[in-house]
Amino acid sequence: MRADLIALLPELMLATLAMAVLLAGLASGKARHGLLGAGAVLALAATGVTLWLAAGATDPGAHFFSGMFVLDHFAIFFKALFLLTAALVVLLSHDYLKRNDYRPGEYLALVMFATVGMMTMASGVNLAVIYVGLELMALSTYILAGYFRREVKSHEAAAKYFVLGAMSSGILLYGLSLIYGATGTLDLATLARVLASAKPGPSALVGVALLACGFLFKVAAVPFHVWTPDVYEGAPTPITAFMSVGPKAAAFAMFLRVFIGGLAPLAASWIWLVGVAAALTMIWGNVAALTQDNVKRMLAYSSIAHAGYALVGLVAGGPAGVNSVLFYMLVYTVTNIGAFGFVILLESRGYAGETVADYAGLARRHPAAAFGMLLFMLSLGGIPPTAGFMGKLYLFAAAVNAGYVWLVVVAVLMSAVSLYYYLRIVLQMYLREGDGAEPATLVAAPWTERVIWACGVAVLVIGLLPAPFLAAARAMAGAVGLL
Amino acid sequence: MTWFLVHFAEIVFYSLAAVALAGAVGVIAFRSPVHAALSLLGTFLAVAGVFVLMQAEFLAAVQVLVYAGGVMVLFLFVIMLVKARDIPDEPQYVRRLVPAAVGLGALLAALVGVGIWAASGGLPADGAALRMVAGAPLGNTEAVGWSLYRDYLLPFEVVSIVLLVAMIGAIVMGRKESGRGGAA
Amino acid sequence: MANPWVAFLLVPLIKIVVILLAVILIAAYMSFFERKILAYMQIRIGPNRVGPRGWLQPIADALKLLVKEDIVPARAEKFVYFLGPVLVVAPALLVFSVIPFGPAFKLFGYEVTPYLTDVNIGILFILGVSSVGVYGVILGGWASNNKFSMMGGLRSAAQLVSYEVPMGLSVVTVLLMANSLSLVKIVEAQKQAGVWYFIPGIVAFFIYFVCGVAETNRNPFDLPEAESELVAGFHTEYSGMKFAFYFLAEYANMVVVSSIATVLFLGGWLPPFPNWLAAVWALPALAWIPPIAWFVLKMAAFLFVYIWFRGTFPRYRFDQLMDLGWKVFIPVSLVNLMAVGLGVLLIGGK
Repeated sequence: MRADLIALLPELMLATLAMAVLLAGLASGKARHGLLGAGAVLALAATGVTLWLAAGATDPGAHFFSGMFVLDHFAIFFKALFLLTAALVVLLSHDYLKRNDYRPGEYLALVMFATVGMMTMASGVNLAVIYVGLELMALSTYILAGYFRREVKSHEAAAKYFVLGAMSSGILLYGLSLIYGATGTLDLATLARVLASAKPGPSALVGVALLACGFLFKVAAVPFHVWTPDVYEGAPTPITAFMSVGPKAAAFAMFLRVFIGGLAPLAASWIWLVGVAAALTMIWGNVAALTQDNVKRMLAYSSIAHAGYALVGLVAGGPAGVNSVLFYMLVYTVTNIGAFGFVILLESRGYAGETVADYAGLARRHPAAAFGMLLFMLSLGGIPPTAGFMGKLYLFAAAVNAGYVWLVVVAVLMSAVSLYYYLRIVLQMYLREGDGAEPATLVAAPWTERVIWACGVAVLVIGLLPAPFLAAARAMAGAVGLL
Repeated sequence: MTWFLVHFAEIVFYSLAAVALAGAVGVIAFRSPVHAALSLLGTFLAVAGVFVLMQAEFLAAVQVLVYAGGVMVLFLFVIMLVKARDIPDEPQYVRRLVPAAVGLGALLAALVGVGIWAASGGLPADGAALRMVAGAPLGNTEAVGWSLYRDYLLPFEVVSIVLLVAMIGAIVMGRKESGRGGAA
Repeated sequence: MANPWVAFLLVPLIKIVVILLAVILIAAYMSFFERKILAYMQIRIGPNRVGPRGWLQPIADALKLLVKEDIVPARAEKFVYFLGPVLVVAPALLVFSVIPFGPAFKLFGYEVTPYLTDVNIGILFILGVSSVGVYGVILGGWASNNKFSMMGGLRSAAQLVSYEVPMGLSVVTVLLMANSLSLVKIVEAQKQAGVWYFIPGIVAFFIYFVCGVAETNRNPFDLPEAESELVAGFHTEYSGMKFAFYFLAEYANMVVVSSIATVLFLGGWLPPFPNWLAAVWALPALAWIPPIAWFVLKMAAFLFVYIWFRGTFPRYRFDQLMDLGWKVFIPVSLVNLMAVGLGVLLIGGK
């Protein structure tokens, strides 16, 4: 029991601190934005330290809580990523919350609870644990999407997100129950053993298909992506930033763990499914993004496309594939948070900063910020020397080595297409004059700026010196116990 | 007479099953939402009876306590507050739902099929050891307790946080947003 | 008992008839005692016309209600209107099937248990069945097509759902101490422990009884039928037999709450301090007291407290009622649950 608790300590700590933040928010009302925000960031940092300590005190191969929970390198990597994401989002939201005078306590607590859910998902090796972790994350995110109640669009986004999310959870559960019915187990290792030893019946295959549908829904892959643009556009931008990275990375953690871990014996049955979905996702995400004038919608389609790239790594499989997905998630997280941070900076007046035209002439007025956005756009497009290039390079290399050349061809072509809409923003910023009577200006949002700075630096550093990060991801994926 | 005693369980089962099915049909057939809610209540109670028949008394009690005593009361509460006496007919809407209904029905049939197949011996036993703890057979309630608090402790605890979040969400969504007026 | 019909049909049937008769009589006479006791509290005499000293008053009331015209309001939902009283009285009576009035004893060589059955989830059964009773109230209120009835029904639903939570939590403390859900085993555990559970579980005991008062819609929690605000609440439109059913259910529920409080907290059929004073209870002068007498005595004490409440307390306001339930009882019972759990863990369940 003691070892169990040590392995679970980061989650326990974060959940407890989230409750503390909730209560502190209740006690202090609306006024103490700075205090509560600092508390939340400190809590996330403390959880990071705890994670480090717990990882040191735990055998990565050991199973806890009746074999349902592990703290292997894979889980540690993702947990660190989630904590980083949550901390960045908290900092990103600070100015927004303060400017719009929303209560910070519940907001911060919900972000932290969502993080607990994601961490549980990354560590779960039992479908029941993974599912409840998913629900914790999803429920918190639904509420966050509707948290800013004075935004009309945000109501619609929250309602859509909730209804479709609940439906995808239903599909997922259907799949889980069929798999449980066919194999009699929820434990991933046992599942792999049972599936390997006997020819799977039709119910197991239907279950896997439904499970794949549910997971594709959660990572927003075509053809289950329809909710994404509306939700990303409608939700308040800090939450959009969160949704586009945190839950997506968590969904990938779950996807890798379940499909490469538990369902590996059925790979022949699902790999084409996921492969086709990956190709469609890349194609549709990038093509649809071309026509968007709203930057948040464009970034939504871009995030769909990026899910497609990451799926390529999943299809490639093997340590190289897993490791490239891990690395890609890190790259994608810092880049996307930076990009959305920039959108937040522009949102001084209602929905200003959402159309591409609002970006005209920004380079002259705000050169530093524009340079940051340039970096993020290049990174999303996959241009060296940014992190995005390295991420894609390793993904595609893994896929080529695994023999999925056609998929990589699609991916590279689509990356080229994506440059059009990423560079369109750059073009607006650097080459166009603002023709509106009221040019969009940046609001004073010191913490948002700092987050953008940090993300920008990270994008450059990872792009120029990828070795230590790759090594970290490789060490993580190598001992995943997935293969 | 002895026939009655021998087949007592079956007689009870089929009566309960008939009530449960009739209630389920009633839920969609009744025009008045209150009548629909009441027939759902009938289904819940009949299902609880089936649980008792399968010696899952704990589940039966929880079924009645949670679904009949809690969930349905809230349903009724809402129905009465909004005064929805009758649901209008919407044939177009219903027609559009037909493919979805067929698909879901097929899925459900698959699920039930797997269930029956598993119950008739096809399922690899994994929970069979559940009822035996320390070599002694357990009562139903104890077995559920052991399973929840020992084997499934972690998901159980995570679910409690999920419920906490749901509560926070309900309060956040339901609270009057002070400050600047708006669409809330 | 070779014949299965005797074991499975005849004996239970006899028990059912006896228990039902007893409950209905107790409920009827509760109304009489209530009027008498309230009268004495208010320095009046109370009913004294029917029979010697008014003792036949409940019979006369019952006869009156039986022959009274049964009025169904215009535009009422007929079926639901009829279902209301049925749904409220059936669970109230059903609960008595698991209440143990005394230990098993020998009668003409047969072993007789003075309760219908001892199910191993007894207390959950009671909570579940009595939670169904709320339907009778809200449905009756809704079907009457009367806004006062409707308000009463809704109030009652809100009240019952709110107070069920602390009630359940306080019951759980007893389960922790007794390690069983069976009512018979809970009483036996109190015998073994040598102490009635209201001493270690004083907070739970208090919360249980107050919530029980609220669950039965009795003063000071009688908002669903507050006559000054809602005429008579959910049963405003009911008359004749149907009204009698609501009446019966209310009093039967009071007996239920008192019986459960007796079983859970006051040692059921056990005499006071069953272990310490074992020698005293063994004295010939006292040994003849049957266990059932102890049970009835304790139950009657609770019923008296019910009436006492009614004679003493003014009614709560609805928001006060909700505040009390959610902001006081639920937190207190949660903390109490933790404290008792810790105690059981440290001391070892006794």
